[in-house]
Amino acid sequence: MSTRSRNRSPRVGPLAARTHAPPHFDVDALLADRDVGIIVCCGSGGVGKTTTSASLALRAAEQGRKAVVLTIDPARRLAQSMGLTELDNTPRPVRGVDTAQGGSLDAMMLDMKRTFDEVVEAHASPDKARQILSNPFYQAVSSSFAGTQEYMAMEKLGQLHAEARGPDGHGRWDLIVVDTPPSRSALDFLDAPERLASFLDGRFIRLMTVPARGPARLFSAGLSVVTGALSKVLGAQMLRDAQTFIAAFDTLFGGFRARADHTYRLLQAEETAFVVVAAPAADALREAAYFVERLSEEHMPLAGLVVNRVTQTHAPGLEQAGAAAAAQRLNEREVHPVTAHLLRLHADRMTAIAHEEHLRRRFTAAHPGVPAAEVPAMATDVHDLDGLRAVATALVVAPRAESA
Amino acid sequence: MAQKHNSPGPGRVRLHVVTGKGGTGKSTAAAALALGLASGGRRVLLCEAEGRQGIAQMFDVAPLPYEERKVAVAPDGGDVYALAIDPEAALLEYLDMYYRLGRAGKALDRFGVIDFATTIAPGLRDVLLTGKVFEAVRRRPKNDRAKGSLAREYDAVVLDAPPTGRITRFLNVNAEMAGLARVGPIRNQADAIMKLLRSPRTAVHLVTVLEEMPVQETQDAIEELTAADLPVGSVIVNFVRRTALSERALDLAESGDLPAEGLREGLGEAGIDPSDTLVRALQDTAREHAQRVQLEASQRDLVDKLDRPVVELPVVPDGIDLGALYELAQELKDQELA
Repeated sequence: MSTRSRNRSPRVGPLAARTHAPPHFDVDALLADRDVGIIVCCGSGGVGKTTTSASLALRAAEQGRKAVVLTIDPARRLAQSMGLTELDNTPRPVRGVDTAQGGSLDAMMLDMKRTFDEVVEAHASPDKARQILSNPFYQAVSSSFAGTQEYMAMEKLGQLHAEARGPDGHGRWDLIVVDTPPSRSALDFLDAPERLASFLDGRFIRLMTVPARGPARLFSAGLSVVTGALSKVLGAQMLRDAQTFIAAFDTLFGGFRARADHTYRLLQAEETAFVVVAAPAADALREAAYFVERLSEEHMPLAGLVVNRVTQTHAPGLEQAGAAAAAQRLNEREVHPVTAHLLRLHADRMTAIAHEEHLRRRFTAAHPGVPAAEVPAMATDVHDLDGLRAVATALVVAPRAESA
Repeated sequence: MAQKHNSPGPGRVRLHVVTGKGGTGKSTAAAALALGLASGGRRVLLCEAEGRQGIAQMFDVAPLPYEERKVAVAPDGGDVYALAIDPEAALLEYLDMYYRLGRAGKALDRFGVIDFATTIAPGLRDVLLTGKVFEAVRRRPKNDRAKGSLAREYDAVVLDAPPTGRITRFLNVNAEMAGLARVGPIRNQADAIMKLLRSPRTAVHLVTVLEEMPVQETQDAIEELTAADLPVGSVIVNFVRRTALSERALDLAESGDLPAEGLREGLGEAGIDPSDTLVRALQDTAREHAQRVQLEASQRDLVDKLDRPVVELPVVPDGIDLGALYELAQELKDQELA
């Protein structure tokens, strides 16, 4: 269906053409590629990840894909427009989607506590599950500590993926679009499965489970020093609670670990495509660059970069300096204040455009092979399906030819 | 309206926590606030909690090690020090400071406990970050040994904190810890940190832009912070665009009816060839500007309803550099946040 090459090797490096303009990111080809079953949108907070995810899923659905979008924290009105009125972990059909091409769109919001509880319930006997769910450590970890969201987003992706395929290979969806959590570092979710796996193999777990099982004399002399130090720092009661929690959890670890490994492999799979989302600002593009490098290191397939909120001008021919000088002439003579103000606005836009282009050129110079698409800054917020369609349309329009 | 509050004022607040939705310029506002607070001969520490080395980038210095370094001199004397808090180093330092663990500390490291604490148990990370900030706020000057002295090494500490979506959880993590540890040193430490964070010596400032989602998040965060008994400071509205157009001109602009004749004359007067294309381009620019102004005005009404002191920072079209930081710091001083 598509001729898009699924080149596994990192798409960055000296082989790319040496021009200022990056290759165009053909979003429609990505959405039409039936070999792509998962699209992960990532980037730093506030760059429009959720909007991008929802737009991609909507466009895919209206072009005939059976899509589901997993959102983490959508804007209230956008969520409502997609029929997401509660955080209940259940994918529901979105109304108002054009299904003429045979596609469909479901949407859901992640409920991280619920997801965690479900994992526990799926892997433990009812008794054990109750014991874990009521442990104070479990409650703290599953509901209030930062970071759990990353683990659970990936866990949910794994679940959706299993459901998408269905037992007979004809499941509910053929495309999952995932929004990623607004992490401290946008990369946390990437590390989540592996971190969990390496932790489960670690000595710390053995250390914590041993005293609950029996005498510690099988261990090196270092052990008593460590438990002594832990008990000094944590206090005996807290150490005991932690040990009870870990001992109860012990039986689940095998399951957790297998799931974490599975999710990590899923992210590396041929059917997965990463879309890095950024805004034309220094910190967002810095984060995007870091992301591109990490994906390449981890052999995770990068489809392209989406730059949101790119400043546009209606009068590309009128240069910044000329407009600013003209505005000043009018102001000095105290005539035509409206024209003067509009010239000033135009000059500011040209300044912003130059700054944004400088930042993007810097990104492209370091990562010349990364295809890019852009969405112009919109005067108003996106909060309905028409808005999402407009974003998607802007995404697939080839960028204006730049004279750079 | 904003003034009716007993705003804590820069004098009494020792810890300024700056949060905001991603993309609202939270780190820039924190840096400008630190510069503003330092001006006039004060000593201010700016802390970064998220390990992105944003401070180093803004102040144009080499990446910060886990060490307090002077990064800028404030107007009229005064110093801004900066610290990128590294949770792992903070934990070892903490263990050494409070428990004198020495060899046992190293054993903990060898057994993966430090790694566990700082990367696997994500909440502990926040405990360490807030703990380090707490320590910096209370630290006595090195040469001050007088009993009961109120002198502190820093006149103020500014924390570039996690974004609004996580801020309450982040600041409240020690209350969570207190729930887990019913007695013992961890409990005492957690209680002491919560006492500072809930006192009038702390102010949590929220940075927003005049768009729907950031304003909504600001409102949500204020509700959550208030419910958790954490002191909300000011709302900092960033990227403010001031319009010089009259109501009438904005109305005309929005409907696309700004008279072409006037624009043509104006352009001619300014010495620019008034082509039809250019006139239409200016009309389009005007329409988008008017839409934006209207959106921002409606969001500004919502911000005013939050009933907190509001300060404004202007948009900087060509990006933030050190010079821009000084200008923003002056804005914050003029509006009495710093």
